[in-house]
Amino acid sequence: MGDVKMNEGFKEKDIYVLGIETSCDETSVAVVKNGRDVLCNVIASQIESHKRFGGVVPEVASRHHVEQVTLIIEEALTEAEVTLGDLDAVAVTEGPGLVGSLLVGVHAAKALAFANNLPLIGVHHIAGHIYANHLVDTLKFPMLSLVVSGGHTELVVMDEHGSFKVIGETRDDAVGEAYDKVARTIGLPYPGGPAIDQLAHEGEPSIDLPRAWLEPDSYDFSFSGLKSAVINTLHNAKQRGEEIEASTLAASFQESVIDVLVGKTMKAARDYGVQQICLAGGVAANKGLRERLSTACEEEDYSLIIPPLSLCTDNAAMIAAAGTFQFMRGETSEMDLNARASFPLR
Amino acid sequence: MNVLAIDTSTYVLGVSVIKEGQPVGEKMTNIKKNHALRLMPAVEQLLRDVDIKPADLDRIVVSHGPGSYTGVRIAVTTAKTLAWSLNIPVVGVSSLEALAQNGRYFQGLIAPFIDARRGQVFTGLYQGGTGSVENVIEDGLTDHRAWLEKLKSYQKPVLFLGNEWDKHVEVIEEIMGEQAVLAKPADRLLKPAQLAELGIEKTPLENVHALTPQYLRLAEAEAKWMEQNGREEEKR
Ligand SMILES: [Zn+2]
Repeated sequence: MGDVKMNEGFKEKDIYVLGIETSCDETSVAVVKNGRDVLCNVIASQIESHKRFGGVVPEVASRHHVEQVTLIIEEALTEAEVTLGDLDAVAVTEGPGLVGSLLVGVHAAKALAFANNLPLIGVHHIAGHIYANHLVDTLKFPMLSLVVSGGHTELVVMDEHGSFKVIGETRDDAVGEAYDKVARTIGLPYPGGPAIDQLAHEGEPSIDLPRAWLEPDSYDFSFSGLKSAVINTLHNAKQRGEEIEASTLAASFQESVIDVLVGKTMKAARDYGVQQICLAGGVAANKGLRERLSTACEEEDYSLIIPPLSLCTDNAAMIAAAGTFQFMRGETSEMDLNARASFPLR
Repeated sequence: MNVLAIDTSTYVLGVSVIKEGQPVGEKMTNIKKNHALRLMPAVEQLLRDVDIKPADLDRIVVSHGPGSYTGVRIAVTTAKTLAWSLNIPVVGVSSLEALAQNGRYFQGLIAPFIDARRGQVFTGLYQGGTGSVENVIEDGLTDHRAWLEKLKSYQKPVLFLGNEWDKHVEVIEEIMGEQAVLAKPADRLLKPAQLAELGIEKTPLENVHALTPQYLRLAEAEAKWMEQNGREEEKR
């Protein structure tokens, strides 16, 4: 089918897609109209349960998902005031993520699609994060997305809908992981990201920590050296009997992270001549990052989309949005759809 | 009544359909192949073969465990979502009770088991003989040797059923001796049509959302946490 026909069809009739996202510790179900209007975006967080363990325990997460999933589907449809009969497709995160958790969402989606004779659409989690931006504003191509989360740090160029080119990614820790590890070192509770972000705003970035620029032409990232530098700084100060303010350390760490993230994003934007920059993923909730990226985009005159916090962290609306565009292109999945711990974004 | 039954609690993948009270189709494999890939296609194909649309179903039956955590979750998630979206009742059946059906005409005790690693088994004790089985000792997780010693004390023949047979048959013969009745290979596996029949006899859950896997074992992190917090409480 050609694009024109699709677009015509799109205009004639509203498209309702139900999205399911269970890749980590949030059970989320959303209904999105025309890939744009979020009719509901129900998110059941398990964070209270996992706090006991200082991080997400996969088996515990999977157990919560199976207890919750149909309740959340019901709640979503009620909130959206939509019936199963109104739906055009069911979209679900097929990965990357925790396989046990993903499997619950995938099987709920398959059952829902099968029972109602609806197309099933497997969505890449990162495509979802990127499409969260479409829920805010129309995407303009070529577009560059900075995807930052507990599991990902990637720069993705898109020339059109559905075309993803990963031009840079982390070689070791994801940025969210680095935040969690440094938070633990400073003695902050899990999850570490928001705690460091908050603390950083109370301190001065006066400690000189390394910035991993890697090779001059590389858009890749590396955060493990920075994490070690933080640990060493604390250790050395302790040996000398000095006390370092946690807020100073947090601010210095955050400054280093953001310098590299924003620096590489702006370089990539110039090199690829993009029209628009998008921020995606849970770390997009970071205030420091939002501010610095906004300023940089203003200075260089790039249009920038930053989704609201509720659309940055894992949620099903973003999966439904990405799924809607796949549906319009006729990219549906079969009933043998599997959960995948990792697979490339294409 | 049209019933769909599904089981992926062990290496066995089982799907069966009862149409207007008659078993009309069954699909079963006993291989180490991904259940996640194969369950829904099996359901889809079987329903097509027997000419039943999802909307024609009146009840979903699922073996809700014990067994493989992931396998049980796949089946339970599928069953409860199907039932919820079709607005029909769902019945969760013990995978051990369903397996024990293979001995329903056996005049004696039945001990179905599912390997739980490290010398442990998920098992329970059932009484057969009249075409149906009665539960004698509730399903649980136990050390297999200790369990067999207990069964021996009944001084009666006991029918053993279960897959991963080779891991357990030696100890069964060693402890139970002549008292052990060993099932033939085909009778060691859960039969999906029997699961469906069992599900028809049982009262469905009032609330579909309440269907949850019966793991019979805490997640490892949870068990450790409980142990530590228990210890801290003792200190106080
Ligand atoms: Zn994410």
